[in-house]
Amino acid sequence: MSFTANTPEQQKAMLKDCGVSGIEELFKDIPKEVAPKSFALPRAHAEMEIQQLFDDIAAKNYTHLTKFLGGGYYDHFIPAAVNDLAGRSEFYTAYTPYQPELSQGTLQAIYEYQTQICRLTDMEVSNASVYDGGTALYEACQMALKQTKRSKIVLDSGVNPVYRNMLHSYTTNLSIDFATTEVTHGQSSREKLFSELDDSTAAVILQNPNFFGSIDDHSDIVEHCHEKGILVIQSVYPVAMSLLKTPGEMGVDIATGEGQSLGIPLSFGGPYLGFIATRKKLTRKLPGRIVGRTTDPAGKETFALTLQAREQHIKRQKATSNICTNQALCALRAHIYLSLLGKEGFKEIANLCHSKAQYTKQRLQQIPGVEVKESSPTFNEFTLELPTNAEDIVGKLVERGIAPGLPLGQFYKGMENFLLVAVTEKRTKYEMGMFAEILEDTICQ
Amino acid sequence: MIPKDRKYTQAHEWVKEQDGELIVGITEHAQEELGDITFIEMPEVDEKYEQGADCAEIESVKAASEIYMPITGVISAINEELEDEPEKVNNSPFEQGWIIKIKDYDQSQLNELLDAEGYSKFLEDSQ
Amino acid sequence: MSVIFEKSIPGRRGIKPKKADVPTSEIPAKYARHNELQLCELSELDVVRHFTELSKKNYGLDTGFYPLGSCTMKYNPKVLETLPKLPGFSQLHPFLPQLRSGSMLTQGALAVLYGLEEVLCEITGLDAYTLQPLAGAHGELTGMMLIAAYHKHHGNKKTEVLVPDEAHGTNPSSAATAGFKTRPVPTDKETGMLDLEALEEAMSEETAGIMLTNPNTLGIFNTHINRVTEIAHRHGALVYYDGANLNAVMGRFRPGDAGIDVVHVNLHKTFATPHGSGGPGSGPIGVAKHLTEFLPISRVVKRKDSTYTLDYDHPNSIGYIAPFYGNFAVCLKAYAYILMLGAEGLKEASEQAVLNANYLMNHLKDVFDLPYDRKCMHEFVLSAARQKKNGVQAVDIAKALMDEGFHPPTVYFPQIVSEALMIEPTETESKETLDAFIEAMHRIADKAEKDPESLHQAPTSTPVGRPDEAKAAKQLDLSYPGA
Repeated sequence: MSFTANTPEQQKAMLKDCGVSGIEELFKDIPKEVAPKSFALPRAHAEMEIQQLFDDIAAKNYTHLTKFLGGGYYDHFIPAAVNDLAGRSEFYTAYTPYQPELSQGTLQAIYEYQTQICRLTDMEVSNASVYDGGTALYEACQMALKQTKRSKIVLDSGVNPVYRNMLHSYTTNLSIDFATTEVTHGQSSREKLFSELDDSTAAVILQNPNFFGSIDDHSDIVEHCHEKGILVIQSVYPVAMSLLKTPGEMGVDIATGEGQSLGIPLSFGGPYLGFIATRKKLTRKLPGRIVGRTTDPAGKETFALTLQAREQHIKRQKATSNICTNQALCALRAHIYLSLLGKEGFKEIANLCHSKAQYTKQRLQQIPGVEVKESSPTFNEFTLELPTNAEDIVGKLVERGIAPGLPLGQFYKGMENFLLVAVTEKRTKYEMGMFAEILEDTICQ
Repeated sequence: MIPKDRKYTQAHEWVKEQDGELIVGITEHAQEELGDITFIEMPEVDEKYEQGADCAEIESVKAASEIYMPITGVISAINEELEDEPEKVNNSPFEQGWIIKIKDYDQSQLNELLDAEGYSKFLEDSQ
Repeated sequence: MSVIFEKSIPGRRGIKPKKADVPTSEIPAKYARHNELQLCELSELDVVRHFTELSKKNYGLDTGFYPLGSCTMKYNPKVLETLPKLPGFSQLHPFLPQLRSGSMLTQGALAVLYGLEEVLCEITGLDAYTLQPLAGAHGELTGMMLIAAYHKHHGNKKTEVLVPDEAHGTNPSSAATAGFKTRPVPTDKETGMLDLEALEEAMSEETAGIMLTNPNTLGIFNTHINRVTEIAHRHGALVYYDGANLNAVMGRFRPGDAGIDVVHVNLHKTFATPHGSGGPGSGPIGVAKHLTEFLPISRVVKRKDSTYTLDYDHPNSIGYIAPFYGNFAVCLKAYAYILMLGAEGLKEASEQAVLNANYLMNHLKDVFDLPYDRKCMHEFVLSAARQKKNGVQAVDIAKALMDEGFHPPTVYFPQIVSEALMIEPTETESKETLDAFIEAMHRIADKAEKDPESLHQAPTSTPVGRPDEAKAAKQLDLSYPGA
């Protein structure tokens, strides 16, 4: 079952045309010394067996747990039309749009996606997307380093630890200095941040809302940095952008983020969607693909990949980045999602997330022994301090059908009793109530 | 077309001495190879570069190419018209499409560059 | 066709979320957005019609033949598409296994990851895999980082990576991104294989590794592959294999058997996951024993009781390449594909891919120049040099093919062939499709002689003609105005 088409008779005719008597002759260039030592794979399965097999495998995954789990990746509502439209085979079986005349569908969709990102973040130009929020942050760092010709990056400790891990891993062999501010939950400490800045600093990386759920206005940090010729990179949560002060409004130089919350399923880690947007003057420093609008010989509106001279297939070792792909299908999903919900619908989703998070926060705050950590406002996530080890408590709640949040001890030393709780528009009053009751019950035991 | 009033490098650049400065651009051959030029990334004025260092970059629709400093020296001017009209490099590579000017340069290095005949032969041999 | 924002009607509603069952909260003014977010205002039907119309302007593999060289545009089986949609996979949160006893909540997903790693080891002859790289180029970067880590650990001072001149552009750019200098190695013009003498010369104490594609982008298998690894290892350099062309040799050649140290595969090429019009893909990396300690964390391990869990205890690991375990949904499809085909099916796929390519090549070499006139593997490279004499270039032939109803092959790559046309049919194409393509190419070759100007006008039957790319790069219009 290899999806090939030609019958033995047809193959015979083709072999004859090639001037060989059998298939083996076509492989005679492979020397005997490198013949496979083994090629023992599980037996072939028919389509009907595959469906049964994977139904069984999927059943071994506990998705029924009510999810208050976030940390940058959220259980959001995905309209049916997203799957339907992104599932059209002209989109998903096509290749990268290097031949624009045959790819206007993809190219226009990506141009529109770029527009969506610019509007969400209030920035001037976006690329066609990168792999995920972490690589977007890495690419933004590279942009800042090249633009300023400096070598140090200052990271706020409220930036997602998953992204910070990735940044450190990517840059081990490069001569880049990283300084991470001392941890505070709640808003970024200006004092700690400013104390790390010096003449070699290229950029400061912030996150809004930060990993602890705190929202902030970073305009003062941007002003301070710009006086020193330091760029500001901000990683944002896209759903919050309809309600929160945007990176554009704050004067941020490069905005990045994770687009999973825009119509892309959790899927155990991927594929996801990294977006990156910036000011006009940094346009040529953007990595990856960019779609532009132009005309054809008849004057018709036409879309095409542009500024390709920056990319690997032309500049090779001097490219702005080695990145080749964008996450086209994921970018398409995000664009369809935003189009279906539209201006009001998307704002309503954000309001639901915020309101339900506030409600949950207030309910949980009433439990004796539970303390809400931030003094500053939050959006859809907040940090609790529990009376005992958060991992233990989480383990007990999981047994009772709830994934109550992310214990922070694995990311931040000294926060072993802290729990990060996320609430999306999907959570019902009943679920939030049950969560509070079961948590109270567990703690009081 | 290879004007005789200037010198050339093997990187298809021309260098013309004028009023104590050097004017630098790319040759007819180079602009043809690159295709429609869309952007030039310029160096900073008053920056010093060693001979052979990347000092600028030319982008076309299908390619990107470095400009190498033909002679050790200091950038005295860049052709600002190319920002809005990069096509001048295609249409007039030897005149209006000049790219940078250099001052405080090493005269001995200038003498070692190819003359028009030498460049013509170099082109022939490499094709 | 209008851009979607042009269709917006103020006040029109699309999907409405449910009503709030809790009191509404306001964001304090200091932190609130000051302008209005201008998303479009359309009904669900408006949106559905817009994207349906867009899709009709696209040519996908389901539409027709797509012979892009080294892309392996093979059929994407529909059953694979159903699997990530199962709620047991789509709704699975990636942080779950990181909770206390969390791996027991995700045994199905961990089994898929472990299972895919196992079969990839067997297919390529390597000892361990990481599925974290999120795309082909990302895998290359990971491979380069592994090589750097290996040398650093052993105290070797290695700064350079050798790259054949026919290599894909991501090869040198990935090496550079990992902090290496690159040096090209020429391909022998006679044989189309890597020039061994030049390789020996290019090797030095500084060489960290060599990146190799085999068969190469000319579709030619390097019969001296053993010598290449011998030369590299003798100089203390590692060999990295770019698996873009793995579709030619499944069941007949395993890079691990030739002593190759690092192998990269593309799930979206060889293993039939869709290209998605430009992603998402997946670029797993396999390594030989002496490199396993450097693989990214977490790793999936099987415990004595046959349950799976995540293991982070690898002090020499290069760290985190992806936020989690890789593009899980893509890995899932590739795993199912390998289970569907089995050893026999994969071997058959390679055989038919090579047969289809040779068949095409034999029927096209009479009208197009064939720089390397010998048996090819799964792809081959033609040159339009003959046609160029009449002023017809590779790009014109590509555009003319569109009017014939085909997606063109890759053009202008590899760079070592002038006016290159790189053709890879894959095993899932039928003889009738190949014959139709052959006829179309003959018609075009004929026009190139008798009426070359008509080819400069192509394409004329597509939704748009050739875009003005110079204008696109000079007058940047990268987003629809009016927020």
